[in-house]
Amino acid sequence: MATLSAPLRVCRGILKELRAQQGPTYRQSLAYTYVMDQFRKNKVTGERYCRAQQEAHHASQTYLCLLESTRYHLALHNLYHGTGERSPEEVAGLVGLRLPTQPGGKGWEK
Amino acid sequence: MFRSVARLQSQFGNAFTISKVCQRSQHPRSALKYSTAAAERKRFYQDVSISQGEGGVYEINLDRRKLKTPGGKLFTVPNEALAIAVATEWDAQRDTLKFYTMHLTTLCNTALDNPTQRNSDQMINAALKFLETDTVCYRVDEPHGLVELQKNEWDPVLHWIENRYNVTIGSSSSILGPEIPEATKDTFRQHLNSYTFWSLTGLEYVITQLKSVVLSMGLIDRQLCVERAVLLSRLEEEYQIRRWGNVEWAHDYDMYELRARTAAGALFVHLSSESSTVKRKLLQD
Repeated sequence: MATLSAPLRVCRGILKELRAQQGPTYRQSLAYTYVMDQFRKNKVTGERYCRAQQEAHHASQTYLCLLESTRYHLALHNLYHGTGERSPEEVAGLVGLRLPTQPGGKGWEK
Repeated sequence: MFRSVARLQSQFGNAFTISKVCQRSQHPRSALKYSTAAAERKRFYQDVSISQGEGGVYEINLDRRKLKTPGGKLFTVPNEALAIAVATEWDAQRDTLKFYTMHLTTLCNTALDNPTQRNSDQMINAALKFLETDTVCYRVDEPHGLVELQKNEWDPVLHWIENRYNVTIGSSSSILGPEIPEATKDTFRQHLNSYTFWSLTGLEYVITQLKSVVLSMGLIDRQLCVERAVLLSRLEEEYQIRRWGNVEWAHDYDMYELRARTAAGALFVHLSSESSTVKRKLLQD
């Protein structure tokens, strides 16, 4: 069985992601209400095996992964790929080179 | 000339259409700049809400307009959870719409429009075709460390699926791969026949992301979590990273994208196949 972290952790993780997405008003969002509702509804007392709860737990973990990965991916995208194609000068700069300033450049043999 | 071509592409390349917005021409500057994604559109709405339409399906409202698919159909999803997840994606967009971060919306669009015009049988066949070239079936002979890693990490999943469905798959280090018996495919075909069209759309998406039927079934059957399935799918890459170092703008970038897409696909399968169970639970309360 896949190792899942505790439901409370997942719940807090999802809320954290929602807050990162929507700012301080995230408590008014549809998703907040729904997530809280689901976590409350699937709570069971005592340690008994409940299939529906397992399913809900796996789904919540998957959703958390979706939100988290999307955020990280977007951050990396903006950092490295968000500016579109780089100019030749920039590309040369990436590997520590500079383009010659004049045709032929320095050290061009006549 | 170039500008008009770019504008045309950005209109067709994007993942949705709202008749009014589609008319609006793109920024000439964004077309001139060589953007990596299709030119982005401004967020043109304030509120995102969901509503229940005819026949119990859910719709997404952007302000007061209803969301439509790229094919021009009304955007409808079968249950509330999926509707809320899609609405959250639209709500999460800040200044511009970034369609490459809206995986669930994209999946719903694919299921609604069915752009490849295939039926369920064709999709099942396409999915099973992947079994012949399944990532976990192809092993290496060297280096020793990777051989061990593949054996230790992939074998448990392979054994699990063989026991779970009572089939033979096997693994091989030959370039032709293992011989998959016809009975195995028949078993899977029967199992997949019970899936709805929406679930199949999601499942096929997961399979093409992970490049593996075995790992995808493990994920859908809740045997693996997303992080684990992605790790197993990228096992050789992870091995090379451990040896040569991690490059954030290539390795991490790919990994997070793969995780996001896989998670979206798995969630899509689960949400679109469980609409009946959710209803039953509500009645019990």
